[in-house]
Amino acid sequence: MKPESYEEKRLEVEGWPVRLTSYKLGDVFHCQADNVSPGATLVRETGATRDEAERKALEVARRRLSRTRRHSA
Amino acid sequence: MTTYAHPEVLVTTSWVAEHLRDPKLRLVEVDVDTSAYSQGHIPGAIAWAWTTQLADQVRRDILSQAEFENLLASSGISNDTTVILYGDNNNWFAAWAFWQAKIYGHRDVRILDGGRKKWIAEGRDVATDVPTYPRASYKALAADLSIRAYLPQVQEQSRNRQPLVDVRSPQEFTGEILAPPGLPETAQRGGHIPHARNIPWGKAANDDGTFKSYDELKALYGGEGIDGTRPIIAYCRIGERSSHTWFVLKYLLGFQNVTNYDGSWTEWGNLVGAPVEKGTASASARAA
Repeated sequence: MKPESYEEKRLEVEGWPVRLTSYKLGDVFHCQADNVSPGATLVRETGATRDEAERKALEVARRRLSRTRRHSA
Repeated sequence: MTTYAHPEVLVTTSWVAEHLRDPKLRLVEVDVDTSAYSQGHIPGAIAWAWTTQLADQVRRDILSQAEFENLLASSGISNDTTVILYGDNNNWFAAWAFWQAKIYGHRDVRILDGGRKKWIAEGRDVATDVPTYPRASYKALAADLSIRAYLPQVQEQSRNRQPLVDVRSPQEFTGEILAPPGLPETAQRGGHIPHARNIPWGKAANDDGTFKSYDELKALYGGEGIDGTRPIIAYCRIGERSSHTWFVLKYLLGFQNVTNYDGSWTEWGNLVGAPVEKGTASASARAA
């Protein structure tokens, strides 16, 4: 099978830049969230639609990013 | 445009697509875990999980020679197999596996330029079945530690103001955060090793995940005084992002003396009494 409808979008979550990458594989939409810089994967989720996969990924990403502490540099 | 110093260590997505059935070639997807692989991978590829298969499971270390031999043999890889590594996060963990394969002397190991991201973005075939290959015979060479930096070398490098490349994000470098956003903190202190320069790994990559051209890379690192005339140590938080930069410096730019400090900030930032520089790079570091 081939990935279809590949998309990337950038947004801000809990004050941090996040990239959502989504595509369809078979009947399932896959969505991965990463933290842009440095680019580490935060979560991978799936859904019946792109919106559902993105929403689930954003929920987890928001929870994880909210725990990131800023220190005085 | 100048070609890479060692173009033979990179393959393109098109090349891989044309060689999927080559029996002398083994494709290996390397990620933090194998969840991405399970969702769909390049047909015929096997998976290595960085967390469990490319690190000692008791102490913090790379695989032993025997463990490495067993991993490759059980993956159906013999000494003359061409190993093509790719993965997510722009090949961070593929680069880690490449570095470890070179430590143990695997002759023909290459990285898929653009990694998993480019393969998926191009809409190329993926599979979900997990292939199995007959166990092979594999004999690793004794570890070549000339490409691995240990703490004493890093301390000396810092004292002597020799090139240290911190490839983390600017916020990690300054000490504003102790780990990439959303990931667990693994150090007690934030900041960077004194006299290090901050050249985030991502500056070496294009948006599609491929490596930038030789000329762009030379300008990027040369602009920070990293020109290969002196020994270079790269580090990050746990050594995987710096594997990516180590690969760029050693194989794409062809610098001879480049080492990866896999202890990285997780070691340095937990050391009692270790000097730490916070904020942006010091004037002395810039001038050195």
